[in-house]
Amino acid sequence: MIREILQAVSLWAIPVLLVGIPLVGLVRGVKVYDVFIEGAKEGFGVAIRIIPFLVGILVAIGMFRASGAMDLLTNALRPLMSRTIFPPELFPLAVLRTLSGSGSLALTTDIIKRYGADSMLSRMAATLYGSSETLFYVLAVYFGAIGVKKTRHAIPSALVGDLVAAIAAAAVCIWMFK
Amino acid sequence: MLNYIWFGLMAIALIVAIFTGNAGALTKASVDSAKTAVEISLGLAGIMTLWLGIMRVAEQAGLVAMLSRILRPISRLLFPEVPPDHPAIGAMVMSVSANMLGLNNAATPLGIKAMEELQTLNPDKETASNPMVTFMVLNTAGVQFIPTTIIGVLAAAGAQAPTAIIPTTLVATLCGAVAAVTTAKLLQRFFPERRSDVERRRPDGWTAAGPAATVDQPIGDPPVSAQRPTQDDANEVGP
Repeated sequence: MIREILQAVSLWAIPVLLVGIPLVGLVRGVKVYDVFIEGAKEGFGVAIRIIPFLVGILVAIGMFRASGAMDLLTNALRPLMSRTIFPPELFPLAVLRTLSGSGSLALTTDIIKRYGADSMLSRMAATLYGSSETLFYVLAVYFGAIGVKKTRHAIPSALVGDLVAAIAAAAVCIWMFK
Repeated sequence: MLNYIWFGLMAIALIVAIFTGNAGALTKASVDSAKTAVEISLGLAGIMTLWLGIMRVAEQAGLVAMLSRILRPISRLLFPEVPPDHPAIGAMVMSVSANMLGLNNAATPLGIKAMEELQTLNPDKETASNPMVTFMVLNTAGVQFIPTTIIGVLAAAGAQAPTAIIPTTLVATLCGAVAAVTTAKLLQRFFPERRSDVERRRPDGWTAAGPAATVDQPIGDPPVSAQRPTQDDANEVGP
């Protein structure tokens, strides 16, 4: 029931907002088209401003992934991981989730195909994928758009959040599906 | 910090490649990633233009201010540095709501708009302010009610109950969001907000893109960085 409502909302929200906001504007005497154009002018500039930041981040991450460094890291940490409840099969996904959106989606799909769509591992992987956004993408886009270069405590804080989300994903799945 | 992470990722890649002989893959990855990055940015241009326009209409109609008033208790807790009536609050609220509903196309432009509003309050335009970090961290935590993409993947792979992961994802993402925001609040005092005066004397890839519109511009700015255009100079893009 709740799910149906939420799905309907995500289906209708955009068209309703696109009509509803100008409607309220018209009622309150706003010259909606003129104001829209004035605000929209900034859009292209913002997109262009993001380019150098995104190229920098994505190239570094792309090279890191292509080199096979990820596999080395996973193998090195495997003995450590096997002492916890966190399945070692999901460790590469947990790392990749912070680095690459498309990469982690491909890896999750791969895990689901390999272990079966209703397996515990697949559900954990899906939960892990859905429980956070790609840290470095968000960082490059949001700070890039306004030209902020010194990010202060943003990366450590976001990494703590991702770590907690990953552990919670494993723990909650064990609790719910066992 | 980004300086070290950025360089570190590429340096590790090169060192690993020396042992595996994977140099060709590195070259290909760098070319492909650069192309993808530009495609993503240009892809954003359309929805960015649309939502920034709509957002301006919402502002003029008083909707943003209304939204900020309703959510004042929460915003005061999360962003005590931002005046409660500031348009930044409205933009942040709209972006986070769009994220929760899974409307990624709207969430990113609204989030960038929120960042621009926060930038107007920021004394040092090259350094992230406390509310900026809190807001960014809230976004990377990615709180959403229905993880549509991954449910689609599960369903396509023949899952009996692809939606079984909705509650688990919600719990995990909320844990992550609370942890991330708490960490940001705890760490913010250890990272001073105004450091640019020291940093600018030491130009490197990420910090030397030119002086921002700060009040206290150093007199002895190095000529290299002075010649470069500023990142936030909109004229750079052209008409």
